[in-house]
Amino acid sequence: MTINGPPGVPPKVAVAPFIALSTDAETVAAAKTIGDVLSDDLAYEREFYMIGKDVLATIPKATSMDAIPLEQYKELNANAIVIGSVRKTGNGVAVQVRVIDVQTGKAAFGKEYSGSIANPRAYAHTASDEIFKQWVGLNGVARTKLTFSSDRDGERMKGPAGDREIKEVYIADYDGANQRRVTATHTLNITPVWAPDGKSIAYTSYRRGYQDIFVSYIYEGRMETPANGSWAKQNYLPVFSPDGTKIAFTSTRDGNPEIYVMNRDGSGIRRMTDNPAIDVTPTWAPSGNQIAWTSDRTGNPQVYVMNADGTGQRRITTSGYCDRPTWSPDPFNEIAYAMRVGAGFDIMVYSFASGESRRITDGIGSNESPAFSPNGRHIAFASTRLGKQQIFTIARDGNDLRQITREGNNGYPNWSR
Amino acid sequence: MRERRVMMCALVLAAVFAGGCGKKKPPVARPVPPPPTETSPTGERPPAPPEPVRENPIVPAEPTISDDPLASGDLESINKNSPFQPVFYALDSSDVDAKGQQSLNADAEILKKYSTWTITIEGHCDERGTAEYNLALGERRALAAKTYLVSLGISADRLRTVSYGKEFPFDPGHDESAWSKNRRAHFVVTSK
Repeated sequence: MTINGPPGVPPKVAVAPFIALSTDAETVAAAKTIGDVLSDDLAYEREFYMIGKDVLATIPKATSMDAIPLEQYKELNANAIVIGSVRKTGNGVAVQVRVIDVQTGKAAFGKEYSGSIANPRAYAHTASDEIFKQWVGLNGVARTKLTFSSDRDGERMKGPAGDREIKEVYIADYDGANQRRVTATHTLNITPVWAPDGKSIAYTSYRRGYQDIFVSYIYEGRMETPANGSWAKQNYLPVFSPDGTKIAFTSTRDGNPEIYVMNRDGSGIRRMTDNPAIDVTPTWAPSGNQIAWTSDRTGNPQVYVMNADGTGQRRITTSGYCDRPTWSPDPFNEIAYAMRVGAGFDIMVYSFASGESRRITDGIGSNESPAFSPNGRHIAFASTRLGKQQIFTIARDGNDLRQITREGNNGYPNWSR
Repeated sequence: MRERRVMMCALVLAAVFAGGCGKKKPPVARPVPPPPTETSPTGERPPAPPEPVRENPIVPAEPTISDDPLASGDLESINKNSPFQPVFYALDSSDVDAKGQQSLNADAEILKKYSTWTITIEGHCDERGTAEYNLALGERRALAAKTYLVSLGISADRLRTVSYGKEFPFDPGHDESAWSKNRRAHFVVTSK
């Protein structure tokens, strides 16, 4: 599939209103949702020039996929029309999506999906990912999810030090839709990370008083504690290796915060750092061959990298206060981190190619805990720019800021693969 | 001595009264009955005598066994008014300074007095650090306090540590006054 724009310019795309082929309210609403969400999904990666909805509103709505007013789209210099239909079936809906080349009038992409009508957004996300893959060879993120920690329920835990506000682990679609809670431990649960297969989330929980790593299989309702914590062996800040077979984490089991790696079942624990200073918050390179982490061995916290066997430790940031490195997925060989700037923090990105860092956020509020989208094009982070701490996403060039959470305080975002 | 002298005088007086039969009685001032207050023969009410100064009834002292609320109280009430002094830290630091050592010296005395208590040392940080690094920094703060207490002879078995990073600030403010309170090792009695 190739639909090009003029040389050097992204293709101009019009997402036409989706056609409801059944007249019931549910189908009509689903058609509107799918069209709107698909439009947002296709805009997200900024591969296309999206023709504005207000402009498109001047074109009469098509009543059938075979009666699209092509000439009017040509007048807008559109290169492609994305359109679809929704039809009620016996036990759900059938959704058709087409991408039409305005020049030829032929469909360059055509798919039919069928299933439940419960979550119409899922059809749009699937179509978006397939369109990106076929059109520009890009792995889209429309079906990926965020996880984060939130105090929005206002629940408190009783304890000897008095009532304290608790946090539970939440998940959401990449665009902030469908937010829901996946833990119910009624204690502090922080630093959630997705397993690469998206079936489980590892996080730090104080469920037993001390910090330990829990792995929750969120769709099965079971959990594991592979690090086998205790008051003397506390474990936190877990992160899965890219192949999902290992977990790197921080532990004080030998008397000082150090980086460890264990197999996913808890076997084969190996210590990676051995230093009287703090070593904390590991992240894996996409190859799985290297780990970056934070150490304050020279005074202030700085970002370091090492081979996955602990050898070749070296510092990559040079000054200030830098924490929570997160290694970008391919094809970008970069590491995002939070750096103290003025009274708060800003998200920075270090490039191995240039050996330098650039600033992504703008100094408004405090911006922390960066996490890359699986194609490396966006970064989720926690920010106090609007008062309470909320999750935002931003493109890796610092544009396209979007607010994901709005209730309570939300932190420690992580993006599924 | 003084009490004893009074006692002796009383004994002398008693002997004088008891042995008075054979001798001429010395003049003794007899108490005069007070005039009736309800009615008087003249029908006129005499002026009321001045009210006696009211004295508080004497309350017996509390038994000394329950005198110590720390020994008798439950964990919740002990921790609500904690006898332990927190240790406060400088920004980005887990070093126990001289003032922190003074606090820990006092805390060690309490732990020696209540030798069955076990405590959890919570490490806390202010919001100016990042959430992740603060988890480790809070741990180092708690461990630093623990190490110092162990050096004073407190058994490590009685001291647990846990870090909350910047999750549970004691003062929700956003200035140095709040931050200085939030950079602390906080002591919680977890069993008696």
